[in-house]
This record gives sequence, C-alpha cells and structure tokens, in this order.
Amino acid sequence: MKAWDAIVIGGGHNGLVNACYLQRAGLDVLVVEKNDWVGGAATSRELTPGFLYSNCSYVCSLFRPEIMRDLELPRFGLQVISYEGGAVFTRDGDYLANYRDHDAHRREFARFSRRDAEAYDRYSRDVTRQCRFIQPLLMRTAPDPTSFRPRDLGELLYLGRKFAGLTAEEMALTLRFWTMSISDFLDEYFETDVIKANFALSGIIGTALGPMSPGTAYVLLHHYMGEVDGSVGAWGYARGGMGAVTKALAASFRASGGTIRTGAEVDHVLIRNGKARGVVLSGGEEVYGKLVVSNADVKRTFLKLVEEKELPDIFLRRVRNFKIRGSSGKVNIALDSLPEFPALPKDSPVYRADMHFTDSIERMERAYDDWKAGRWSADPFLDMMIPTTLDPTMAPPGKHFMSCFVQYAPPKINGRDWTDADRDGFAESVISQIAQYSPGFRDRIVHMEVRTPREIEAEVGLTEGNIFQGELTFDQLLFNRPVPGYAQYRSPLSGLYMCGSSTHPGGGVMGAPGRNAAAEILRDLAKPTPHMSPAHDVI
Amino acid sequence: MNHHSTIEPSTDARTLAQSHFRTPRLGTPFQPRIDALGLQQDWYNWAGYRAPHSLWDEELEYFAIRSQAALFDISPMTKYRIEGPDAEAYLDRVTLRDVTKLRPGRVHYTAWCDDEGFVLDDGTLFRLSPTRFRLCSQERHLPWLLDSAIGYEVSVEEETEAVAGLALQGPTSFAVLRDAGFAGVERLRVFDLAEFAHDGATVTISRTGFTGDLGYELFVPADKALSLWDRLMAAGELRGIRAIGYTALNRARLEAGLIVANADFTTAEHAIRADRLRMPDEIGLGFMIDPEKGHFNGRRAILEARAKKKLRHVLVGLEIEGNIPAEHAIVYYKKSQEVGLVSAAIWSPMAKRNIALASLQRPYGDAIVDDLWVEIYAMRELQYQKLMKKAKIVPRPFIKLDRRTANPPADF
Ligand SMILES: Cc1cc2nc3c(=O)[nH]c(=O)nc-3n(C[C@H](O)[C@H](O)[C@H](O)COP(=O)(O)OP(=O)(O)OC[C@H]3O[C@@H](n4cnc5c(N)ncnc54)[C@H](O)[C@@H]3O)c2cc1C
Repeated sequence: MKAWDAIVIGGGHNGLVNACYLQRAGLDVLVVEKNDWVGGAATSRELTPGFLYSNCSYVCSLFRPEIMRDLELPRFGLQVISYEGGAVFTRDGDYLANYRDHDAHRREFARFSRRDAEAYDRYSRDVTRQCRFIQPLLMRTAPDPTSFRPRDLGELLYLGRKFAGLTAEEMALTLRFWTMSISDFLDEYFETDVIKANFALSGIIGTALGPMSPGTAYVLLHHYMGEVDGSVGAWGYARGGMGAVTKALAASFRASGGTIRTGAEVDHVLIRNGKARGVVLSGGEEVYGKLVVSNADVKRTFLKLVEEKELPDIFLRRVRNFKIRGSSGKVNIALDSLPEFPALPKDSPVYRADMHFTDSIERMERAYDDWKAGRWSADPFLDMMIPTTLDPTMAPPGKHFMSCFVQYAPPKINGRDWTDADRDGFAESVISQIAQYSPGFRDRIVHMEVRTPREIEAEVGLTEGNIFQGELTFDQLLFNRPVPGYAQYRSPLSGLYMCGSSTHPGGGVMGAPGRNAAAEILRDLAKPTPHMSPAHDVI
Repeated sequence: MNHHSTIEPSTDARTLAQSHFRTPRLGTPFQPRIDALGLQQDWYNWAGYRAPHSLWDEELEYFAIRSQAALFDISPMTKYRIEGPDAEAYLDRVTLRDVTKLRPGRVHYTAWCDDEGFVLDDGTLFRLSPTRFRLCSQERHLPWLLDSAIGYEVSVEEETEAVAGLALQGPTSFAVLRDAGFAGVERLRVFDLAEFAHDGATVTISRTGFTGDLGYELFVPADKALSLWDRLMAAGELRGIRAIGYTALNRARLEAGLIVANADFTTAEHAIRADRLRMPDEIGLGFMIDPEKGHFNGRRAILEARAKKKLRHVLVGLEIEGNIPAEHAIVYYKKSQEVGLVSAAIWSPMAKRNIALASLQRPYGDAIVDDLWVEIYAMRELQYQKLMKKAKIVPRPFIKLDRRTANPPADF
C-alpha cells in the first residue's frame, strides 16, 4: 500500500503553502480536505449565479510576498489590488474618511480636530516602529526559551538583540504596547471619539475582547504589519476574491506534482508506537504517510483527531485551555445595484474602501458587552466593503458583492447552540444597521449568505468560529503559540506536525505558519531548502 | 438606538468641508497669479499645496534672486499664532533660544526639541507684540505645542491657511517695497519686523529670508493675498521683479548654508529609525542652546550629551574639488572608511565653488577634519562616472553678501 511522504490534513491556505514547499523539496505530498473545495477561511464560492463571494476572509495584506514569489502564485493567477482607506459614518449624518493621500488624510481629520490631525504623524511613527520590530519575527521559528540547543539560544539571542537594539523608551513602549488596550493606546495620541473609533477597529477585529481589554493594542499591530507590494500597512483585494489565493496555491501545488483530495474528511490520525503513520478518513479508508501535518486548529487536531491517551497530560491540559473563543460572523450579500449612502458624496473614493458605522469606542465596548452576555450585538460593529467597485470579476457589470464582517457574535447563545432563528436575527441586526445609512438598501438584495460562528465552525472547522485559530493575546504568541514547549510546529507525537494559524505567527491569510512549518519538517528530514526565500529585509 | 429610522446627511460647516478630497493639492491664496506664470507646469507637493519647482526657467529664476528681486510663495509653511500673558515664558520653555531677549518687532531663527533633546523642527519665531508671536516651521506640531502649554496662560492656534506669506528676495527687494509705498521699510534692520497698512488690512514685513541676500518676508490675511501680489509686481516692474519656484530658492539657501528639515536632518516625530534622531549640536544648531536661560524642553538631555561626549554626529559645510555636484554622495575618510553622507550639494554660481552640506559621524568632522573624500556617482548617458574627490570642511555660510545687512539697504 502506498505511503505518501507527507499527508497534510486540511486544504486551508496554510496547509496548501506547507504542501507546496514540501512537494517542491521533492516529497510526494497529499492534501486531504474535508470540503468539496479548498481554501478553508480563504475561499470564494458562487452561491448564487453570477456572484462570487469572499465567504470568510475578504481582504489581503498579511500574505507574505516571499511566499507568493517562491510558489510562483502570480503565474497561477494571483493578483492583489490596493484600495482607498475607508470611512466611519457618524450618527450626525457626517463621516470620517481615511484617505491614502497624506495631506487629504490630515485635512479630513482636521474637520473633527486640528490637534488630532497633527497627532497622526507621531501615531503612525510609533506604530511603524512596532511593526518593524515584529516583521522580521514572522518568518522565523520562535525560539524555545526552555531549550539549550544552540539554535534556540541563537534565536533567543536574535530576539534579545532586536529588543536590546531599542532605546530604553522604545523598549518600555514595546512592552506596554504588547499588553495594553487599544483604547488606552489611542488615548495617548487622540482626543476625538470618532478618530479613536476609526483606529480601534483594527484592535478588535476577530478578537473576543473589547477595545478596553488589555492586549488589544497588539491585535492592531497584527493588522498593520502586512503590506501590499512593499507598502506596509496597506490592504488590498485578491482579484477574484480571497479564494484566488488558495486557487493559485492549489494550482501551484498541482503543477509541482502534488495531489489534493477534496471531500475527504479525516476522522483521526493513525498512530502506531507513538508515531503518526497516516490518517483514517471518515469512511474508514486508511491513507498512509511517513509524516502527517495538520492545518486544522490545535484544539481540533489534538482533541478530535488524536486519541487522548497518546498525548502527555500537561500538553492536553494546555490545549484544552487554549483560548479560541469565537467573536465574529460574516454576512455576504449579492446586490443588484450599488447602494447609496446619502452622507457620502457620489464621487467619494470611500465607496471603494471599507466602511464602518461604529463611531465611538464606547459603542464598540457596549457591543462587546452583548457578547459577554451570550448574545450577538444589538448594535454590531461592521467592517463592510464592496470589492466589486474595483474587482470586475466577482459580479456582473452594475451588480455588486458586499462583504460584511460582523462583531460581536458569541460561539453560543446564552450557553446553547445557535438556531436558524438566531442566525436570522443576527442578520437582521446587520441589515438594519446598513439600511439606516443607506435608504432602499433592502430592495437591492438579491441573495445573502449569513455565517455565525456556528456556520464558520461547521464549514471551515474553526473551533468556536475563531477566525485566527486561536486568540492573539500575548500569552498565546511567539514561543507560547499554541502552547509552551510546542511552538516549533512539532507535536508530542513523532511524525505529527502543525501548520495552521494556531501556530506562530498566528492567524490571518499570511502563509507564514505553513511556510515555517515546512522549514522545520525539511530540517528534520535533513533536506535542503533552496526553494525557500529568506524573509525580505526590513531596513 | 432606533434601528429603523434613517440618518439624514448633515449640512453644518464640518460637513461642508468634506469636499477637500477633490483637491488633495490645495492652491495657495496666490495660486491664480502663480498658475498664470507657471509656464513649466512643474509642480510638487509642499505640505499638501501645489507649489512650483520652477515657473519658467530654474536657472534664470536663480539669477533673478541674485540680480533683481524674486517673489516666492511661502504660504504652505506651517504657522502658529501664540498669544497670551504667558506667551513669552511658554515659548522660552518650548524653544531653544532665549525668548526673553527677543524684543517685540524682532524675529529669530530657533529650534525645539523633545524631552530627550532630539530636534523636532527648526523655524522662525516672530514677536509681533509683547504677548503675541508667530511660529513658522516646516512640519506640524499642534499636539506638541498644546501639550506643552499646560500650566501657561497662552493660546496656540494653527493659522496656516488663514495667513498667506511671500518672500521677496534680492538686491532690488528694498527698492520694490519702497516704491510700493511701504513707507518706513528702510528702517528695518536684519531680523526686524513691522506692520504696514495694505488694502484695509495689515501686512507684517520682516527683513528675513532664506537666500543669504537682501530680502524680506511678508505675511498678510489670505483674502488680501492677491492685492499684495499685484502691488509688489506693479512696483517691481522696473526693478526686474520675477516670481520663482523652489529649485532656484534651494540653490540660494544652500549658498547661504541654511538647512532644511527632513532634507538635511530627520525631525524627531518622523524618525522611524532611532539612530536618525539628532540633537541640536549634531545639526549645527548648538549655537541656539543657552544653558544660562531657565529650563527648556530637552535641556537636561542636551547638557548631559555634551558633558558625557555622547554627541555622535556633526553637520558640516564642505567644499569639494571639481565642479560636479556631490548630492547624496557618501563621505569617506582616507578614501576607504565611510564616515557620512552629503545631504545637499550644488555648484555655487556666487562662490564659484562646489559646495555641500554633509552629516558626519564624529570624530570625523569634529576632531578629525583632514583626508576627507566624497565618492560622486555622476550618471552620464546611462553610465555612472565614479569620481573620488577631495572634500574640505569650510565654515558656513558659503557666501556672505554685504547687501544683506547694509543699513540703510541699498537700491540695488
Ligand atoms: C469570517 C472571517 C473573516 C476573515 N477575514 C480575514 C481577512 O479579511 N483577512 C485576513 O487576512 N484574514 C481574515 N480571516 C482570518 C483568516 O481567514 C484565517 O486566519 C486563515 O484563513 C486561516 O487559515 P489556515 O490555513 O490556518 O486555516 P483554515 O483556513 O482554518 O484551514 C483549515 C482547513 O482544514 C480543513 N479541515 C479541518 N478539519 C479537517 C478534517 N478533519 N479533515 C480534513 N480537513 C479538515 C478545513 O476545512 C479547512 O479547509 C478571516 C476569518 C474568518 C473566519
């Protein structure tokens, strides 16, 4: 019976990145994906004729350019397009926009506060400094601080040197930054509510925390450290929807000889004598592999796909306690015409950008209160955009796809499972908020896909619907991600590796976990990695 | 919150200002006149304004500064109005030089630092009355100025758009002003200012400038800008007055040995890399520091750096052999060891020398001043001609014109 060199469980983008690098190193690799399509949370499906959705993730910035280049993704159709900043609508009928042009940006802020307008440079300098500290860590395996292997000592030294390279003030700022709340951080720069709300949203996206919870400043950084073609912090659309990323990865993988089986759910990992030997599919079929890599999150992998008795106690306990609370949902809408927003001038570039309706930190925090109480937010925070204003491939001319990321939505409603009626109520909270700012909005709706954490978990397999495969708090980052002692993509079982967003450097469509895991696997196999570019310089 | 009502667009002043997104490059109050003269259509972005690199011919524009009178629009400069009974004490605390010595009717060139002694910007401080000042600078500092004002009875207001500014520079600039009817302008000595009537309003004229030449700067309410321009142009017609763009001015300022923020040094609020920060002593502004005056922002750090010899850089004027400008060339010691960078360089028509400003790492430029070289990469028809040229440290300004300071100012 054939034994693959490697079996990757899950065809999410990290699973595919991992598989591509292994295949290109000469291994014979199989990807098994439970869905009938690949992509995980980076997928685009046509659920109503003529409209292509970005069903989960919808904007691209974190995806590492080194990976796009190594795996020749442009050749396989990947194009990322930058877009204009965005806007927060205010309840008094105005809005605050973010423009790409530095001076337009300043003048826009000056409409609300001249002081805040001129505070932006210092804010942006400080955030950029923090980004520069973290960027080089993304494409490196985190050191294990408890190990005395020369390599870990070397990496620790690297981290230490980077840290020591900071001035005393920067060092203090970095430590504060990684642990403070986004609300407190913004208070140090700005005084105007809507301006703070404008920046705070990056601190709560995908996070089961409110803007006043410690740790949310780091989440902001996580959304700033990406780039579009060297423009750090910029976000763009993958042309053809986020599924274009995984479509290109799958094509690249196949072109290098890899095999993908869709509609193949892994029931459990085959383990003999403490070593992974392959997987057993839900129909009972056994597929053998010399090693197994899991793209599923750490809870799914070790609590569902591996028998408990195979794992050490402390590890199991830590995996059980890994924080992966869902906080978000998604409403994808097909529209038969471009919605109007009377507050926005008709020629405003904001139509081609992201739009928000939560104009104060206080409102965000109140939305979070609902989550804590086990309800979806009555007044939710939306990150809404219309990618078809720039991407002609996702809807027929004149028609549009609107993507609404919604917060907060708890994994359970008052401790019980979501029902269809709950889901409809959740959707209504979103539609009514949009309709408040866009008269006639409901009449334009052709089709709608509503995804609460229930749907996200059921389809993508993200435990509790957490979009990052685990929360991005300091206790779950770097050498503590996913759990201490296992931050280097290996598991307690020989031959079983992890490559999903549960591992360093975390979630988002970034590809770095998949790539770093491949580097570790190839290191264990003593295979050279000339096909893997080093991280781009941060100068 | 009612989820079923719709929100109506508002119509207040803030909302009306939304339309700025259609003009990311604002025109200055003088724009109609400048557009009419801008034959080259060679614009650049100066702090969000559409400003000319050159209007008709950058070489000839330079010679207008040195031979006649040149009119240059400085409206995009950031301007703050600082007023109140504590304005003097406040500015003395915020800026480096001793403001108690700045009399009403006087201007001085100064700089200000953060608490670690790193330069936030340089600029000019105009004392318009005992309690009223105008601070002009390249970058924007409102949060810094407001936060520093806590505890002082003083108001700080940004007035960049409300006030238009012109520089009138060159040997006939005095004659132009006199002929325009600004009676008494002959009494202005260098760094003096006075107010004059213009078109039912007031124009503030100071004998200041950025060219090292005889020259004046004029500030006027934005709605009187065009009539002021016309008044000067009419009076200057027989005196060779010409409007100019930045390229010409930049040559003149380099001959005068003056530095430009974020060109010759990086301002502290923009420096992302910690080693780009500069103390005043590191960019040639050490002369502004007055340890005898009371406390000022950055004082402790600056004095400590001096005492512990922690100053790592020095900004110098260089004279370079040959005539090929050494812009952005690397400076070497003994032709091999990298010790600094040229930030600006030209062939000086007035000095007939090849001049440059450079930042060096001490002790080079400080204790060690010999055997310095610059490596010039001159692109000529798609090939670099690499030249290693000897550089000599020379005092600034590179040119000294008697007519700049002569009293009374000469006619030409
Ligand atoms: C609603 C939403 C919006 C988001 N928006 C953005 C965004 O705009 N930008 C951004 O950068 N990030 C965004 N994210 C986060 C980002 O999409 C995810 O962090 C990332 O896609 C996770 O990728 P992954 O490869 O690590 O894991 P996943 O995408 O979770 O992939 C895991 C794969 O494993 C498969 N699988 C699971 N169990 C099994 C099994 N037993 N057998 C076989 N296959 C299995 C799953 O079907 C899935 O395909 C969003 C996420 C969500 C949910």
